[in-house]
Amino acid sequence: MATVETGRAGVGDSPLRKEDAPLIAGQGRFVDDLKLPGMAFAAFTRSPHAHATITRIDTSAAEAIEGVVAVYTSATLGIEGGVPCASNPTGETKQPKRPILAEGRVRMVGEPVALIVASSQAIARDAADAVVVDYDPLPVAIHPEKAMLPGAPQLHEIAPGNKCVTITHKTEGFDAVFDAAPVKVSLTIDNQRLVPVAIEPRAVLADWVTANDEVTLYTSTQVPHFVRTFVAAVLGVSEAKVRVIAPDVGGGFGSKLNVYAEEFAVAQASRLTGHPVKWIETRSEAMVSTIHGRDQLQHATLAADADGRVRALRIHMIQDVGAYLQLLTPTIAHLTVFMVPGLYDLPHVDITLDEIFTNTTPTDAYRGAGRPEATHMIERMMDRLADELGMDAAELRRKNFIPKAAFPYTSATGLSYDSGDYEPALDKALEMSDYSTFEARRAEARARGNYRGIGLSTWVEICGLAPSAVTKAIGVGAGGWESAILRIHPTGSATVITGSSAHGQGHETSWSQIVESELGIPFDQVEVIHGDTGYSPYGLGTYGSRSLAVGGIALFNTCEKVRDKAQLIAAHLLECAPGDLEWADGKWQVKGSPDKVKTIQELAYAAWAGDSMPAGVEPNLEATTFFEPPNFTFPFGTHVAEIEIDGETGKVTIERYTAVDDCGNVVNPMIVDGQVHGGIVQSIAQALFEEAVYDDSGQILTSSLVDYMIPAASELPRITSARTVTPSPTNPMGVKGIGEAGTIAATACVVNAAVDALSELGIRHLEMPLQPARVWQAIQDAKGKQ
Amino acid sequence: MGVPISLTVNGKHVDREVEPRTLLVQFLREELELTGTHVGCDTSSCGACTIHLDGEAVKSCTILAVQADGAALVTIEGLGKDGELHPMQRAFHEQHALQCGYCTPGMIMSAAHLLERNPNPTEAEVRHGLEGNLCRCTGYQNIVEAVLAVVKG
Repeated sequence: MATVETGRAGVGDSPLRKEDAPLIAGQGRFVDDLKLPGMAFAAFTRSPHAHATITRIDTSAAEAIEGVVAVYTSATLGIEGGVPCASNPTGETKQPKRPILAEGRVRMVGEPVALIVASSQAIARDAADAVVVDYDPLPVAIHPEKAMLPGAPQLHEIAPGNKCVTITHKTEGFDAVFDAAPVKVSLTIDNQRLVPVAIEPRAVLADWVTANDEVTLYTSTQVPHFVRTFVAAVLGVSEAKVRVIAPDVGGGFGSKLNVYAEEFAVAQASRLTGHPVKWIETRSEAMVSTIHGRDQLQHATLAADADGRVRALRIHMIQDVGAYLQLLTPTIAHLTVFMVPGLYDLPHVDITLDEIFTNTTPTDAYRGAGRPEATHMIERMMDRLADELGMDAAELRRKNFIPKAAFPYTSATGLSYDSGDYEPALDKALEMSDYSTFEARRAEARARGNYRGIGLSTWVEICGLAPSAVTKAIGVGAGGWESAILRIHPTGSATVITGSSAHGQGHETSWSQIVESELGIPFDQVEVIHGDTGYSPYGLGTYGSRSLAVGGIALFNTCEKVRDKAQLIAAHLLECAPGDLEWADGKWQVKGSPDKVKTIQELAYAAWAGDSMPAGVEPNLEATTFFEPPNFTFPFGTHVAEIEIDGETGKVTIERYTAVDDCGNVVNPMIVDGQVHGGIVQSIAQALFEEAVYDDSGQILTSSLVDYMIPAASELPRITSARTVTPSPTNPMGVKGIGEAGTIAATACVVNAAVDALSELGIRHLEMPLQPARVWQAIQDAKGKQ
Repeated sequence: MGVPISLTVNGKHVDREVEPRTLLVQFLREELELTGTHVGCDTSSCGACTIHLDGEAVKSCTILAVQADGAALVTIEGLGKDGELHPMQRAFHEQHALQCGYCTPGMIMSAAHLLERNPNPTEAEVRHGLEGNLCRCTGYQNIVEAVLAVVKG
């Protein structure tokens, strides 16, 4: 692994992370590590029913427990508003109110009904169990395809047929092209429901100082500014009086890109009791009260010419949104709509997306957020087509790639792909994976009684969310820009304050590298602050592989502003015109006179001293940027999985995994590799192990980590990775984004490999997760037919 | 109602009275304010709370504080010696074996103990030895690299 052996820590180097020192020493500061004077503890009484009317709540037994400070229901908590949803894709999306605490009816297991504040966590949890709630159970709607049917139990009066929103997109001339195509293949694909499971559950500590009506909220979030805005709006307090701090955050993966009922409830409890109030989510709570991901059913038909050229795709997608909408719920499957064509020159699409309420936990952004669903679908369809035509899966893809010369390329769903060069990544992945010699390995495994298969995923994604005009056009109630402040101190060190909010991505390291490269201030003399609305200009946070491509560019542009100002000061001090200066290695120097020079540190001191500034130039070297991205970025790559299926048990083992990704220019290769590894493993987890399961009564059967399988190291392969570099023309650093690439790519190649392995039995499709029992059953069924 | 317990934590003698239902991890975090040991689940699945108890790696969410009476504990805060990081802590840093850092203390404690039992493991043995600890960020690859780096010395 690369380290700072060169002593350089600029863009493209791999300095070790600044973030690590406290985390490896046990000195991290996560929300649950914080203590405040007089602190009390919260716990929630939650619904055990998926759908029921509440006929009575008796809090008296809970209130009688020694140490209980207060017990609240919706009648006493005093919050009129509900959990916000900032997503309305069509302008006609049904957005039923989600109360902070249930108001007379519950619509999912785990819905909070009462809130206890007590002197200890144990007492709070005891008291939560002592709240007596009488429920009259109602019929439930659990499976979205059934929930859409006439006569199905209804969740919300404003959403007849349980329909949240329908989104359609059909290209002009679709029907003629689709009908005329000589080859058609169809699949129904279930992109199963997942639970994000950041290893740190959610956690909130609210400190409402009632004397001046100011609140500080420590919360484990990816989006502290959104939390501040919505806490102010929902609780009726000035936004300027709300400070939100995301201290160390133990993973998010989209699940903390949200504003939750518990954040409002705990803040309000602090306001009402006058105590700082801490709430720590238990894992069992988290399995139902934190958002779920995916749960999209797809019926797709791909139409092609006899030579394998793809012509048109028709797809009906049914997205289970759960019982209520969270912050961005309706937008997630909308992103699938955009990415349906993948990286193929597919001119026609006919897409219908139905988003349906059911009596389950809301779905929302989970690493990849809508794009894994698209990639998995189109990559399964391409393999199905290759199989139908008897073509090699790699060559079919190569034939249909958007050609390099076609960029910027406008897709059938209206996106403008910024740059791409797909064949080199494919070629490199085929070579690294020994694709051409695979058949010998298949035969060798078959001789041992096992089935071996190889599968491809050639992927593209939409990153760098998002141009504000686009977020508005697709009905998201927030812009997509990002902020940065750069402050050079009199002694020449620097502070960066970024609106991006890291939770493991290594911003402190990468942002310091940008400053070293752009201004010549050493990496070790740059401090990066994030996740605190008290310090930071408004920031939109970390999600959607946006931090570097939007927040990093905000910092890059801020460095340019600082350098430009320093140039004016240098010219004044060196008694020359600014145009006579050139920038080199952290210094402004007179062209041709390297002895006439001012370092950035000297200029920072001069700007602070302020006594010899050029006319009209303000003292100090500090600048702020709000960067509005002109377009998305579109990273891409090829992944290859080689798997073996135990012929007797159906157990799938990934024998080799090769990833070639292209995320444009790279700031820190070590961090990029880490993101790739983590994303791939999270996606392998979907392909092989994970599934959130509800029974027909709406009880979740996977309500702990005993029942919901997060894979350990022993279940996973070593990943071999490499890169190609196709810079983005969208931003001055040429960067694209990498955080979600692995999760977007991996399910398809793993499942394609498994189907390839079993194709000799006539198997043409397998649903995730490929747990041994399911694969074994598929083998038995196929053998029975033979 | 408190039960007196007496134990050694990171080389220091500790005498306390605890409520019988107090889990060892709660005792460490809340009573001794050693918050480097984390809680990530309620089923002994994730391993974020792993510490050393009389030389064995244990999940401190799975035993009561009263059961640790008389024991010698080491937590992540006490793993290093004489102000120096333990080689496993250094290796996690050098091999980029952590991202969010939440599972990291438990993972380091398990990994350090793994090498005490088996100083020269294969990659497969490292992966098997860490199966009681979950990480959601790294894909484990660099964690395995870190352990192997310590083996190589």
